[in-house]
Amino acid sequence: MEKFTQHTGVGVPLRRSNVDTDQIIPAVYLKRVTRTGFEDALFAAWRGDPSFVLNQDAYRAGSVLVAGPDFGTGSSREHAVWALKDYGFRVVIASRFADIFRGNSGKQGLLAAQVAQEDVELLWKVLETRPGTEVTVDLEARTVTADDVVVRFQVDDYTRWRLMEGLDDIGLTLQHVDEITAFEQRRETWRPRTLPAKHLPPVEVRPARPVVGLELGTTRLG
Amino acid sequence: MAGTLAEKVWDAHVVRRGTDGAPDLLYIDLHLVHEVTSPQAFEGLRLTGRPLRRPDLTIATEDHNTPTLDIDRPIADTTSRTQIETLRRNAAEFGVRIHSLGDADQGIVHQVGPQLGLTQPGLTVVCGDSHTSTHGAFGALAFGIGTSEVEHVLATQTLPLAPFRTMAITVDGQLPPGATAKDIILAIIAKIGTGGGQGYVLEYRGEAIRSLSMEGRMTICNMSIEAGARAGMIAPDETTFEYLKGRPHAPEGADWDAAVEYWRTLRTDDDAVFDAEVVLEAADLEPFVTWGTNPGQGLPLSGSVPVPEEIADENERVAAERAIEYMGLTPGQPLRSIPVDTVFIGSCTNGRIEDLRAVAKVIEGRRKADDVRVLVVPSSARVRLQAEAEGLDRIFLDFGAEWRNAGCSMCLGMNPDQLAPGERSASTSNRNFEGRQGKGGRTHLVSPLVAAATAIRGTLSSVADLGPDVPVPDGSPLVRTDALQSA
Repeated sequence: MEKFTQHTGVGVPLRRSNVDTDQIIPAVYLKRVTRTGFEDALFAAWRGDPSFVLNQDAYRAGSVLVAGPDFGTGSSREHAVWALKDYGFRVVIASRFADIFRGNSGKQGLLAAQVAQEDVELLWKVLETRPGTEVTVDLEARTVTADDVVVRFQVDDYTRWRLMEGLDDIGLTLQHVDEITAFEQRRETWRPRTLPAKHLPPVEVRPARPVVGLELGTTRLG
Repeated sequence: MAGTLAEKVWDAHVVRRGTDGAPDLLYIDLHLVHEVTSPQAFEGLRLTGRPLRRPDLTIATEDHNTPTLDIDRPIADTTSRTQIETLRRNAAEFGVRIHSLGDADQGIVHQVGPQLGLTQPGLTVVCGDSHTSTHGAFGALAFGIGTSEVEHVLATQTLPLAPFRTMAITVDGQLPPGATAKDIILAIIAKIGTGGGQGYVLEYRGEAIRSLSMEGRMTICNMSIEAGARAGMIAPDETTFEYLKGRPHAPEGADWDAAVEYWRTLRTDDDAVFDAEVVLEAADLEPFVTWGTNPGQGLPLSGSVPVPEEIADENERVAAERAIEYMGLTPGQPLRSIPVDTVFIGSCTNGRIEDLRAVAKVIEGRRKADDVRVLVVPSSARVRLQAEAEGLDRIFLDFGAEWRNAGCSMCLGMNPDQLAPGERSASTSNRNFEGRQGKGGRTHLVSPLVAAATAIRGTLSSVADLGPDVPVPDGSPLVRTDALQSA
């Protein structure tokens, strides 16, 4: 993972609360088996609206998103983080984040910076008054600077350290593989295992009966 | 030291205590895998040359992408087919047990774990799906994870996890007739909000929760994530043990006795302290529906669409205005006057056998409203077979509904079952986000009983609206059986 210490880029004011991950990336885009190439899917439904903030020239090249409270709620899809990163975002600022989104961001080098809602309002004001304003996010000092506005943000110490060092979580855990093995040796033997597989008596599964004389739903494939 | 249920399960899984602000490293007992959030994780293992640490604690099924028609033919959508084929290839390469389309144990991942008896009290359960909270109904600590964490669990069978806070949600008393587990959880989310549970593990307690069947408890825990919670849990009891006994992967003989002895210790100590507490009276609940575009925007069915001008908080007012516009509603409009195009009965929230029985009991001998499409989708192939063995499929077909194969179906716009732009549904699923059931689709979240009554009348309705001839089922399980065992 790339190290993150400081980032400067155009700030994008997204005046919406409860931006769920279905809005960040709709499910039809989740069928890909790659980890990159999701930039076209970011906010796909909203980007059809010419007045949407990312459709305005001044914000198009944004890399610091300033959103309303409860950003990233809903589905656990890490594709939401990939889409934000692929578009070019390095930082999301909000007063509250959904837990899973926050966790996913930290794994992928996207900084989820938590600031007070009144500070979000201050940043929105700067970014809306002077579209295209660059925002500097300093992870070491935990500050966000936009023109004359300087606000502090919160990020937990561990995530901050990992981002600043650019560390791979799995590698860190595998340093303790002996402790994992020791734990496995003291686990109760009756705890379930998926293998060898145990089943109910086998049954033949035939498709549900065809529906005669009914329209078979709306088929629209993404 | 006194502890809550969640703390006890956590403490039993600490491989290594975090120091200097580092998180605890927790052991994962059961990892459920599906096609959407796993391909990049398996690819990560391949790229780093890391093996899958515990194939015997991992199980895969196909659910999100799978069609619910023509399951004996190749999947028409090529990207969906590629994703399914990728899962099958990865399962073969890494030695993961997989239940594919056409297998009797295929189905929504959160149904497959419980029905096989793999989901048990006191386990840590993860899956790359936020509705993993479902498994908390058994007293497991179960939560959704992202793809990077899926890879982490595949490689290490552990996860570094930040500490959580605990919230007790007590539902006292008994549900009135016509109200169900779904109405309890929708009311809880409306009360604490979609962010109210952030950072918390919720523990549901109280007489109304104790009285629920395992399936009702799963409905409640399933939607913990819609309140923003890390997880939701219910302490195991006789109902839990009865559900588990005899299932394929439940412990047997002396192991069963040892397990039950341990499971009985999995309850919050009387003198343990929660970080937050919420209390609801079950007797005050009635059928609940959502009017907006997040699961917290819900009201009793007897209510009306909110009037934004009357909402004091600015963020909430703006959100309500936007939601009402997206939903095509009028402020002040009675919820009962809202007509729907589609009724969807299914999902990991309400696609289990008791849900299907509840619907069948209401609609038996009737016809659906003319212009309403009704989709009934069991949560697993096993549930479908059970329903057919009980003749429920006949009741659905005679009613004019479509009887489908198992899968996530119309809960999310990922497979062929979708709403068209502007179409409105009453849905027993868990999310009413913009476009969740298809681009431009409008979703009202409801219980199976409200779904059934709505399918008959064509507008959002409760069973009580059907007139005095139709008995209103009470919220307790309609038929207490463990019928899946005999499927």
